Amino acid sequence: MTRVNFKLIAKRLSFLVLVIWAASTIVFFVPRLSPRNAIRERFAELARSGGFAPGDIEKLIANMNQQFGLDKPLLEQYWTYLGNIVRMDFGYSLNRYPATVTDIISQALPWTFFLLLVTTILSFIIGNLLGAVSAWPKAPRWLRSIATPFVLLTGVPPVIMGVLLLFFIGFRMKLLPLGGAYSIGVVPNWSLDFALDLLRHQLLPGLALILGSVGGWVLSMRGMGVTIQGEDYVNFAEHKGLTGGRIFRDYYLRNTLLPQVTGLALALGTVITSAIIVEGLFGLPGLGTVLNNAIRANDFPVIYGIVLFITIAIAVLMAVLEFIYPLLDPRVRNQ
Amino acid sequence: MTTIVATSAPEAAVQQPGRLTLLLRYFNRNKGLAIGLIILIALVLFTVIGLMTINPKQAYPLSVATKQPPSLKYPFGTDFFGRNLLAAMVVGMWQTAVIGVIAGGLGTLIGIVLGFTSAYFGGWIDSTIRTICQILTPIPVLLIQVVVAGSLDKRDVTIITMALIVVMLAWMGPTLVIRAQVLTMKERQFVSVAKLSGVSDIAIIFKEILPNLLPFIAAAFVGQVFAAVFASFYLAVLGLGPLREPLLGNIIWAAQLQGAFFNGWWWWPIGPSIAMILILGSLALINMGLDELANPRVRRTE
Repeated sequence: MTRVNFKLIAKRLSFLVLVIWAASTIVFFVPRLSPRNAIRERFAELARSGGFAPGDIEKLIANMNQQFGLDKPLLEQYWTYLGNIVRMDFGYSLNRYPATVTDIISQALPWTFFLLLVTTILSFIIGNLLGAVSAWPKAPRWLRSIATPFVLLTGVPPVIMGVLLLFFIGFRMKLLPLGGAYSIGVVPNWSLDFALDLLRHQLLPGLALILGSVGGWVLSMRGMGVTIQGEDYVNFAEHKGLTGGRIFRDYYLRNTLLPQVTGLALALGTVITSAIIVEGLFGLPGLGTVLNNAIRANDFPVIYGIVLFITIAIAVLMAVLEFIYPLLDPRVRNQ
Repeated sequence: MTTIVATSAPEAAVQQPGRLTLLLRYFNRNKGLAIGLIILIALVLFTVIGLMTINPKQAYPLSVATKQPPSLKYPFGTDFFGRNLLAAMVVGMWQTAVIGVIAGGLGTLIGIVLGFTSAYFGGWIDSTIRTICQILTPIPVLLIQVVVAGSLDKRDVTIITMALIVVMLAWMGPTLVIRAQVLTMKERQFVSVAKLSGVSDIAIIFKEILPNLLPFIAAAFVGQVFAAVFASFYLAVLGLGPLREPLLGNIIWAAQLQGAFFNGWWWWPIGPSIAMILILGSLALINMGLDELANPRVRRTE
């Protein structure tokens, strides 16, 4: 076994902490620089519909400010806030009080997580295989040209892909549902019918995300595949008489996949934000819809909580990908 | 390339092709750039002619009959709020262009200034700028923009503030690109020669390095415009744009909010979606084409 490089790990972890700290600080100070006061707005809204006397509102707001610790000095608030972030405590939702933001996020998270997991893995595999094949000179012509339509779709944001899929497949052909997590009137249960219903509702958003990201993988993989063809070890393998499939798998894919894993780490931010917006479009009950509703209802703690949570998740995932990289690449492992 | 006319006198034998021919030949080699430019010009024409012929009032609610499907009178139909979608798209594309150019221009400018300072002076300035860029890069820009846009009073969100929000966190990319280019450029001989002949730092930056970086700067600018259009589109789709304005993302947000497909108003989100595809597609093609122009080694693999 190789010796674990503690210094490198410490460096990466401190970078991770720095990123999370920077994001938390931005999320703390930006709203406090703004003239908007979430609590005041909330009560003004309640007053319009409910009928409080203005004097009572001032008292209520003062009371609330005290309860949320907003009357304390800014620096003290900042320290409390950083402590809360470490404990993953993002405060209470204004709109769905007494639910905490953490509750709301953990209810929505499984939806987003599975959608993201499946679509990211599928588009990574499909994109890299297509890209590798399209740069592989021995592949049949028809196989190489499959990649072209995906490349043309590269610039299209997944949410627009979603609108087009909704129009053609959902609206025109009436093949798949137009939105929601499951059919209206169905009660969630553990039957096969319900599972199929769930799946049918996930197909279009999933397809939108996959079509929106496959092209990117194809492009970067193809670029890399072309440079690797001229390498001596590929020529050597050919002259040794290895079969095409063997060279493709063990010499060609093996070496081109490594930089693509780094690419995956860098693309995580885009992938996750796209997924959230697509979820909002299709009204799936994941983080995207929660964020959409929170924006509409001015539920600031939920907006900030989701933003911070996703930022932390992305930073952690990037660090994890960096840590598993040595397992994939023996050259890095031995250094 | 030159064409040789064999029969004429020797001094007239080598005939340089005209500028236009050369340009066309270049476009033939760099087809992506040509197609991107053609789409972009078509979009600009659509917007300019549209702005001159339509009534911009119809881009706002309650100006025409509601929920009309596409017809001769309303080529893209009208929406739930009584906007003529053709007018809305013309105004929306104009506003998208304003956001893109302001945010792209500012982002590139900040990137040039920071990138040059960082690379040319080095030392602690360089490490500070680089560290800030590295820490901010993994933070998803859109999410921070959501926080900024959400903190603003809805009445304060205009096209200009949208552009400023977008640019606030979008200068890291160009800074790093320009920095890397200046670093390699700094080691070239012509810069050393200039330095040895006593040319000042400022003069070296503006007369020696900057002109050589123009293709990179152009590519960075187009990339920034692309990123700005993309980011403002996403913000608008989330309902954080200037809600009164017919920005393309806003139209899609409103259509989704009113359940356009559930209610059969299919034309409502389709037009803006196609417009957005064309805008982003043309910018992406131009960006790739400029990359190839700036760095001929990055040949695409067709």
